[in-house]
Amino acid sequence: MNNIGRNSFDIGYMDTLAGGDSYLHRLDPRAKLITAFLFIVAVVSFGRYAVFALIPFLVYPAVMISLGGLPYGYLLKKVLVVSPFAIVIGIFNPLMDREIVMQIGGIGISGGWISFASILLRFVLTVSAALIVIALTGFNTVCLALTKLGVPRPFVVQLMFFYRYLFVLTDEAERMVRARSLRTFDAGAMRFKTFVPLIGHLLLRTLDRAERIYLAMRCRGFDGRIPMIRSLRIHFREVAFVTGWAVLFTVLRCYNIPLLLGSLVTEAFR
Amino acid sequence: MHMADALISPAVGGTMWTATAGLIAYSARKVKAAADDRAVPLMGVLGAFIFAAQMINFSIPATGSSGHLGGGMILAILLGPYAAFLVMASVLVVQALFFADGGLLALGCNIFNLGFFPCFLAYPLIYKKIAGGAPTQRSVMAGSLIAAIAALQLGAFGVALETVFSGISDLPFRTFVLLMQPIHLAIGVVEGLVTAAVVTFVWKARPEILNAAEGFGRIGSVDMKKVLWGLAAVAVIAGGALSWFASSNPDGLEWAMFKTSGKEELESRDGVHATAAVVQERTALLPDYGFRKSEAAPGADAGQPWPAVDPGTSVSGLVGGALTLLLAVLIGLGLRRRKSAA
Amino acid sequence: MSHHIVEAQDLHYTYPDGTRGLSGVSFRISHGESVALVGENGAGKSTLLLHLNGYLAATRGTVRIGDYPLTSKNLHAVRRAVGMVFQNSDDQLFMPTVFDDVAFGPLNLGLSEVEVELRVAQSLETVGAGHLRKRPPYKLSQGEKRSVAIATVLAMSPDILVMDEPTASLDPMSRSRLIELLKTFRHTKIIATHDLDMAADLCERTIVLHQGKVTADGPTIELFRDEGLLHRSSLEKPLRMQKCPVCSSRAD
Repeated sequence: MNNIGRNSFDIGYMDTLAGGDSYLHRLDPRAKLITAFLFIVAVVSFGRYAVFALIPFLVYPAVMISLGGLPYGYLLKKVLVVSPFAIVIGIFNPLMDREIVMQIGGIGISGGWISFASILLRFVLTVSAALIVIALTGFNTVCLALTKLGVPRPFVVQLMFFYRYLFVLTDEAERMVRARSLRTFDAGAMRFKTFVPLIGHLLLRTLDRAERIYLAMRCRGFDGRIPMIRSLRIHFREVAFVTGWAVLFTVLRCYNIPLLLGSLVTEAFR
Repeated sequence: MHMADALISPAVGGTMWTATAGLIAYSARKVKAAADDRAVPLMGVLGAFIFAAQMINFSIPATGSSGHLGGGMILAILLGPYAAFLVMASVLVVQALFFADGGLLALGCNIFNLGFFPCFLAYPLIYKKIAGGAPTQRSVMAGSLIAAIAALQLGAFGVALETVFSGISDLPFRTFVLLMQPIHLAIGVVEGLVTAAVVTFVWKARPEILNAAEGFGRIGSVDMKKVLWGLAAVAVIAGGALSWFASSNPDGLEWAMFKTSGKEELESRDGVHATAAVVQERTALLPDYGFRKSEAAPGADAGQPWPAVDPGTSVSGLVGGALTLLLAVLIGLGLRRRKSAA
Repeated sequence: MSHHIVEAQDLHYTYPDGTRGLSGVSFRISHGESVALVGENGAGKSTLLLHLNGYLAATRGTVRIGDYPLTSKNLHAVRRAVGMVFQNSDDQLFMPTVFDDVAFGPLNLGLSEVEVELRVAQSLETVGAGHLRKRPPYKLSQGEKRSVAIATVLAMSPDILVMDEPTASLDPMSRSRLIELLKTFRHTKIIATHDLDMAADLCERTIVLHQGKVTADGPTIELFRDEGLLHRSSLEKPLRMQKCPVCSSRAD
């Protein structure tokens, strides 16, 4: 499998996860989206040197992954694989900010390293929150939630089309790339001269396909609106879910639990 | 280049979200008003095309590195600015959700950086001016190249501004810009060449497509004044509201000032914000300010950092942190066990 | 029930780039008939099919569906009457789930939700795909996709079914299941195909197209015996009408 195949396989797998049937899967997608958003805002609202205060937030992904029956290892790998920008930018912090602000067993730790650790921790938290939403909900249901949350319909509808044809087109792209690599003997990326007609043909085929899809839609009475039967309802459990997490995030935001806990323990041993 | 949640503050994320949401609503209205049935399926499928095309790499001669298509410019040329902006936004939404490229809060920034600049600035102001009327191979080439470079330069500048305003990274603004702009000049040249070559390819194979796109793009004669005024209004309102919120929230203070000035912490200590700091200290037992670095200029006596290093705090932090981590893991495992037992 | 009639009179069609698509095609298909449309690649089969639901407008000549000539005014009614199954099911299944896809047509007809639910259930049941209703189309096999594509058309309750290569890219089992399914339909059927065995199974009548013209129109079995005709159209006798290479006995 080449890179393209792996990526679309990945998306497909996330969708399979979303097909699960747990309490969290059944929850109204709006509740999950809003909670994830609150979580992310709470996490990023911490100051740049916050490290310990962020640790308790790990409870959110831990609970969601466990209750949703999602595979820890897979999600963790996904989080680790996708971090170039944050790390590249974050790594400058230890270089720029070298003042020692903490001593552990005689080793001085600079502010830069702490803020770098903070960036990495933020990264893990925010990324896993996003991945969890999609793995528990599925893309199309997220789209549905978006319409219900007031996102303009043309945008959501084309988003759904995009998702539908993403698999078809990555497949097509993969076949073209494979066909090319089977007939070349240098392992590297393709040359610009090959790349342009390949992409060009893919684009032409895409435009033709769009035309055929449009035709298929017209044949079934399409007149500019995409009708769908779906109902979403907010029950008590959705309200409880969002409120519960919101309260917890607020508490974790205001009280530095690890420090509290730590000073309790160290006091006890003193 | 994607912005990441880990690097932005809620104020920056929120402002960019508001701006982006406004642009999406506005563009969606425009697309709807154009009332071309074909638009929506075509947009969706082209989004999928860009997504697939972005995964195909080609080698850049003499550098040993490889590049791929970004797509904003091609979309704008094929669909006109409004539809293209929506499609670009969708591509980024999918990347944020599935590949965690960027993240949810940073999505606003990313859509703005990679969608607004090519679709609403580079396309109408550069590409259309050069290759708008009667496209020739030369004008398409020149237009795509210059427009793509400009779009990426602006986008990179956007990333730098957003990062610095967020104050999470220590990178000084100037260093960051000096780092970002040349890299993105190279990326822009490559993007421009690819865009030009693919557009020319399509144009040669099937001229009617670009002509049709031209007609389709008529939805797209951007009313720049309206867009810019709208954006300015959004920025002022959202920025104002959020910075008010931010200044009542001590952690957001950095946002208001340039990180590079290196003064904000001191000022926040003795200025009007002292009260806020007190509130902060009350609400958060041993707040993260405990780790704040000294405000002494770099090079000054680093042996006397402020606040004084307190081994006690560090140790209790470490112990507590480890305990909490353990607790989170245990909660997760416990829930899982109960679930599989059920 | 005269509205099941399909009639083409002297159809001519030239593509915008000057390629000749059809040059004088005429036929009349009456109610309940099952007709195979065969011919070499590029003979004009797909072009002809696209005229039957008004997607392409003939440069010259007319198409009549039922009692009306096809014009832009009655396009809506015609598209309701003529259900079209495309060669590539991926183009036809554009909604997020099988249910949404099958419901798309009925909802556009303005039916009530209850009625839509019923129609979706019935059409999926007919093609044996009831269990797929919640699945996204990209997770279906080719055979499943084809069945669902047919269900999307059935849900519109058309009078005439037009199919482009329905058996292409199906495995042998799915193919014969599809043929059995199609046999149960009472609609007027027009099937463009290279699969002459299927044509022999399903269609009592065959129209042979060659370079945009009708070169033969008659009972399927008779035409398939005419080796010269088949050869001229880049076709071969259906396997069942060939000498068996293994047991050397004739099967027909």
